[in-house]
Amino acid sequence: MKKWIIMLVTVVLGLIGLSGCSDSDAASGGEKDGKVEITYGFWDKKQVPAIEEIIKLFNEKYPDIKVKTEITPYGQYFQKLETAATGGALPDVLWMNGAHVVQYAEGKVILPLSEMAEKDNYSLDNYPESLIDLYTVDGDIYGIPKDYDTTGLWYNKKIFDEAGVSYPDETWDWEKLKEAAKQLTDKEKGIWGYAALMGNQGGYYDFIWQNDGYIISKDSKSVGFDQPEAIEALEYNVSFIKEGLSPTQAQMTETAASELFSSGKIAMMFDGPWMVPEYKKNPDLDVAVVPQGKKRAVSIHGLSNVISSNTKHKEEAWKFLQFLGSKEAAEVYAKTGTVIPAFNGTQDAWKESVPNLNLQAFIDGAEYSVPLPSVENTGEIWQYETDVLKKAWSEEISIEEAAEELTKKANEALSK
Amino acid sequence: MTLKEVPLQTEVKSAKRIKVSSLAKTRKRSDYFWAYLMIAPTMLGLFIFYLWPIVQNFYFSFTEWGAFGQYEWTGLDNYKRLLEDATLLQAFKNTSIYIIFTVPIGIFLSIIVAVLLNQNIKGKSIYRTLYFLPVITMPAAIAMVWKWLYNADYGMFNYLLSLAGIDGPQWVSDPSIALYSIIAVAIWSGIGYNMVIFLSGLQGIPKMYYEAAEIDGAGPVTVFFKITLPLLSPVIFFVSIMSLIGAFQVFDLIFMMIGKSSTALESTQSIVYLFYQHAFVLNDKGYAAAIAVLLLAVILIITAIQMVLQKKWVHYD
Repeated sequence: MKKWIIMLVTVVLGLIGLSGCSDSDAASGGEKDGKVEITYGFWDKKQVPAIEEIIKLFNEKYPDIKVKTEITPYGQYFQKLETAATGGALPDVLWMNGAHVVQYAEGKVILPLSEMAEKDNYSLDNYPESLIDLYTVDGDIYGIPKDYDTTGLWYNKKIFDEAGVSYPDETWDWEKLKEAAKQLTDKEKGIWGYAALMGNQGGYYDFIWQNDGYIISKDSKSVGFDQPEAIEALEYNVSFIKEGLSPTQAQMTETAASELFSSGKIAMMFDGPWMVPEYKKNPDLDVAVVPQGKKRAVSIHGLSNVISSNTKHKEEAWKFLQFLGSKEAAEVYAKTGTVIPAFNGTQDAWKESVPNLNLQAFIDGAEYSVPLPSVENTGEIWQYETDVLKKAWSEEISIEEAAEELTKKANEALSK
Repeated sequence: MTLKEVPLQTEVKSAKRIKVSSLAKTRKRSDYFWAYLMIAPTMLGLFIFYLWPIVQNFYFSFTEWGAFGQYEWTGLDNYKRLLEDATLLQAFKNTSIYIIFTVPIGIFLSIIVAVLLNQNIKGKSIYRTLYFLPVITMPAAIAMVWKWLYNADYGMFNYLLSLAGIDGPQWVSDPSIALYSIIAVAIWSGIGYNMVIFLSGLQGIPKMYYEAAEIDGAGPVTVFFKITLPLLSPVIFFVSIMSLIGAFQVFDLIFMMIGKSSTALESTQSIVYLFYQHAFVLNDKGYAAAIAVLLLAVILIITAIQMVLQKKWVHYD
């Protein structure tokens, strides 16, 4: 008899152990103490303080909806989502970027919002049109914009002063940038004039657009990396490394350029407003508009909040989404200087949140900005860009070879 | 084998047989039931988390994946692609270099350490603990610390080299040495685990052999090569099989130490890294499954070869 009990306990414990695993996986919601819990997935750790405050404000209005946050670093974010989406375990509300929205909308893993917005008279006119367009797939809106970002030319005032170079302004062009980089580079002190980052937004995309080139053709069937304008822009990028004005690609993988920049080893670099929380602590740093090439251009991109279609609490998720898109939430973002809030008219508050930085540069950028291209396979194309262009950046292969290889691979991805 | 030992062995064998057969008679059918019930939770876990995924993986290697779990049957397409994939060849080359260095050097060093720590020295257990510490440390933590040590600008190695007036290399970004930097970390972190197995093997060697050798006047080197090494060979065999399989699956160190946009990625990425890249970054799960099947086949073949070759050098007595 005793044996029986031991066996039973063993088996039961085993089963509990197993079911325990699956339970915690699917715990996207459950009613505890009459409260509904929804999960909110995002990637940027720097925005946690703002998000926590927004949730607090949200709970003042809706005390019965508990929001649980789930942070996944950007490097793993979309891999995790892909797996979670396949298993029907996405967070109820989550961040989405332009590169993935078409794929997620067409895969029917995120909900179209137009109907709900219409029913609740939720106005989409409060956000920049380009962002609404970015998240509209086949005539249906899928994401409520939360912020936007352009690129600025960050620079270190101390290095400029020591080298006797005047600060960058809107008169700067490619030539001036190169010239300044030469004057600022100081091999003995280990200071580089400029960081020729291998990044698309705030990197080669901006340069290609400034040089009248394009990334993806209007019919979304081919890419423009092998066009003369693009090749010239990429060559201009890499020339900084070739001439010793920028750390090499290997050096920038050893230590991130943003770290070299904030420790005073780099005089200038392109970066987005998302670096404001980090750079504002350093009194030597400031930001200006990016220099122009043949014309002024800078990429614009913004994140949005979406609802996953596997949510068990659609009503609550939609309520939370509306609040995330509200002026109130935008003001929290503005006040904390985290990102440029997408809600029209709240940008000034953002600018004033960090008065020692010329944040107007980012807002100005929106005027001549080009949206980041988005197609179904954007993520795949981005991967090829990294794979191929890093060989050009490290001078293993020529720009022409890289452009040709990249164009071939990206066109294949587009034809899928 | 001396003549005297022969009857002794047969005696043992027959004794065993008697014991086994008498046990079988007394064993009731319900005993088997309970035995299987006891191992059922583990078997269930093995089936759900190991065997079934292997079967599924094999099936998926004949499919092509779209977004969010949709897939279609494409027959042998993925395998045809394997044959033409230059990156895969490079990954095999990288993995082979990794294995050629980590496995023999790792085993050699851990035998040395085990033999040394098997002596009667002061603070023996402290040393044993120190050598074993990397084993219980998270691989990710090890990779992060070493990445910092290797950093070309702020790292400790290049700082020490600079004291001697040497301009240190970019340990993990230079394509020609990055793989060897990883190999060094792998060997360092693997010594402790193998050492413990070797230690237990060493302690299983009867003292009388050493006493006899001492009487015959054999030196420590002769003792090591004529007694210790042959009697340790079953353990060496086990460790070499396990480390080879482990080395084939190297992933975490490369993933953590080599950045995605690193110039050294091509010359360091392993087969499993490539699998990860296709399965989770490019969302090309069918092709990734084919890579996994290929890797399984290669591991099986090499393990089989090892099993055949062991007759030549492993002494079971």
